[in-house]
Amino acid sequence: MGYVPVKGGTHAIEASINRLKYERLKDEEILEIKVILSSMRGMIDQVMSEASLYSPELAALAIKQAEGSMEEAVFLMRAHRSTLPRQYYSRTVETESMFVERRISASFKDIPGGQLLGATHDYTHRLLDFDLLEEEPGEIRRWLTDYKKQLESAETAQEVVYFPKVVDYLREEGLFEIYEKNDAAPDDVTKKSLQFPSSRSARLQILTRGQTGAVTALGYASLRGYGQVHPNVGEVRVGRMPIYVDHPNEAEQDHGDEFYIGDIRITEVESFVPVKVKNDRNEDDLEFEIGYGICYGQNETKAIAMSILDQCLEHTEADFPTHDEEFVLLHIDSVESTGFISHLKMPHYVTFQSKLDSIRQVKKGVQPIES
Amino acid sequence: MKANTHFAFFDEGSKKEIRRATLKAVAIPGYQVPFASREMPIARGWGTGGLQLTLSLIGKTDVLKVIDQGADESVNAVSIKKLVQETTGVEVTEQTEKADLIQSRHRIPEVPLTKDQILVLQVPMPEPLRPVEAREYMTKRMHSEDDYSGAWLMLFEQIMKYGKTATAADHPVYVNGRYVMAPSPIPRFDNPKMHQSEALILLGAGREKKIYAVPPYTDVASLAFEDYPFQIESFEGIQCYLCGAQDVFMDELVDPETGQTTHQCNDTSFCMEQLNNNKKAEVESAYA
Repeated sequence: MGYVPVKGGTHAIEASINRLKYERLKDEEILEIKVILSSMRGMIDQVMSEASLYSPELAALAIKQAEGSMEEAVFLMRAHRSTLPRQYYSRTVETESMFVERRISASFKDIPGGQLLGATHDYTHRLLDFDLLEEEPGEIRRWLTDYKKQLESAETAQEVVYFPKVVDYLREEGLFEIYEKNDAAPDDVTKKSLQFPSSRSARLQILTRGQTGAVTALGYASLRGYGQVHPNVGEVRVGRMPIYVDHPNEAEQDHGDEFYIGDIRITEVESFVPVKVKNDRNEDDLEFEIGYGICYGQNETKAIAMSILDQCLEHTEADFPTHDEEFVLLHIDSVESTGFISHLKMPHYVTFQSKLDSIRQVKKGVQPIES
Repeated sequence: MKANTHFAFFDEGSKKEIRRATLKAVAIPGYQVPFASREMPIARGWGTGGLQLTLSLIGKTDVLKVIDQGADESVNAVSIKKLVQETTGVEVTEQTEKADLIQSRHRIPEVPLTKDQILVLQVPMPEPLRPVEAREYMTKRMHSEDDYSGAWLMLFEQIMKYGKTATAADHPVYVNGRYVMAPSPIPRFDNPKMHQSEALILLGAGREKKIYAVPPYTDVASLAFEDYPFQIESFEGIQCYLCGAQDVFMDELVDPETGQTTHQCNDTSFCMEQLNNNKKAEVESAYA
């Protein structure tokens, strides 16, 4: 019996999956989840952000299973996410109460509260560090002891310091409009399909779970001329945010009754974008608007790119793809884009046969019959 | 697997190639010469164009100064200085007069430069026509046809809308009466310093893969209309609260306690020098 692609698949698939397992195990090295968890921070943050599921442990597991492939790890996490019950919505998170680990402004030298560099690759030189070829536990321990000793002598503040938002200063000066707080419940894009024109809450959700590379690419396109937003970064902050939920059964909610359920590390960006507005006398005037970006983990490039696209989509009148919400929002999702691109690997024997036929017919000078 | 880095990071072939592009740029003032921009150990957009120029030019006896936003101690300036020093061992300085190679982001120093100095400017967006045309293929053609109507129209539209030209930094300039050039995002305040400059000014855009130049003693004119003349940022009646300097580019500082605004020289090494001079004069007068 010859090869029948449809029926003979079972054995072939089994063999393929075994081969995959062999590729991961062939060198007999086991990558412990805790090693990924403690040394692959960037990857974990990116996977959590694109998967919109905050769980470093599960992200580490996904990375191990996916052999480090980002799209595969995000895929695993998103699929797992579908199995989880949705119990509560948290209370609105006020980012002023963030426990800040890093906070910089590219707009003002002297921001209130100061610049806090924190941990970042930004100021390292990207020269391969050959010392990492042979790291030793003893050496690491010595370095850690020294480092901690240095920290002991550092002066610590007596109380927890909250950093004011840079934009508040400019608001006071009247350079930014002060908006009423919008307390309407946000649309949940995981429970309701995206409709156009979309609400800002839906847009921000799609942007924040967008694929890091895709969000970055489109944000970059806007900067380079295929868009009309080129912001100044007002503030980038990275830190931990406490999350609270209300009591599930009590109708009346008092402040102080909420439950603390843990904290998450996030990156938040506020970009300043000069825009044209009409003043009282109906003349064109210039004013600043904010582009907003936020995502799980330390993921600064993505958050900045998101803030650019947020502004682009607020101004849909510009004639560029980066200002078109359908173009941007429907194409930046990791699971959707990689899924459909990879579907091209599936058998297309029928459609191709049909295409072959019509091309042959046309070549013969016979018009195919329109069906 | 281990490897040592070469003097000034690049291999000699790469340096030669970049210097050739630089020579062409000097020969055609304001013209953007494409070059095979390398991936650098700092991020694209953080000054890799300037850094490639600096590394291709620097010799063992050179003295380097790096400025970012007017400051020698700014994070990126420190990082670039460190990289050049680690790979070349050259002397670095904060004093503008002492340096023969000055790499800068967004500022031309307040102290006039001399014929023995080279100023390297980092450029994020070398294309002055980009705001009016997104496609590189088209802008290149517009340059070759001397078609700068888009740039003029942009200024004209600003006048129609706001009653004045509303360019911020990076106000386009005509170089030697032929090419319109983005002067890197230096403030309008610094544009006139390019005109008939004694020092050679080189501009490098790493991400956009372009090198261009203003040779010494070249005419550089900021785009403007006769009835709407070019205007620099105004710091009239403002002086530095540290050194008292006037007619220099200022940073605006806000006191978080009082909410009051004060001003300080943006060029930190200039400010320091002024302070030292004031002190010296004070001491001398006290003993006179």
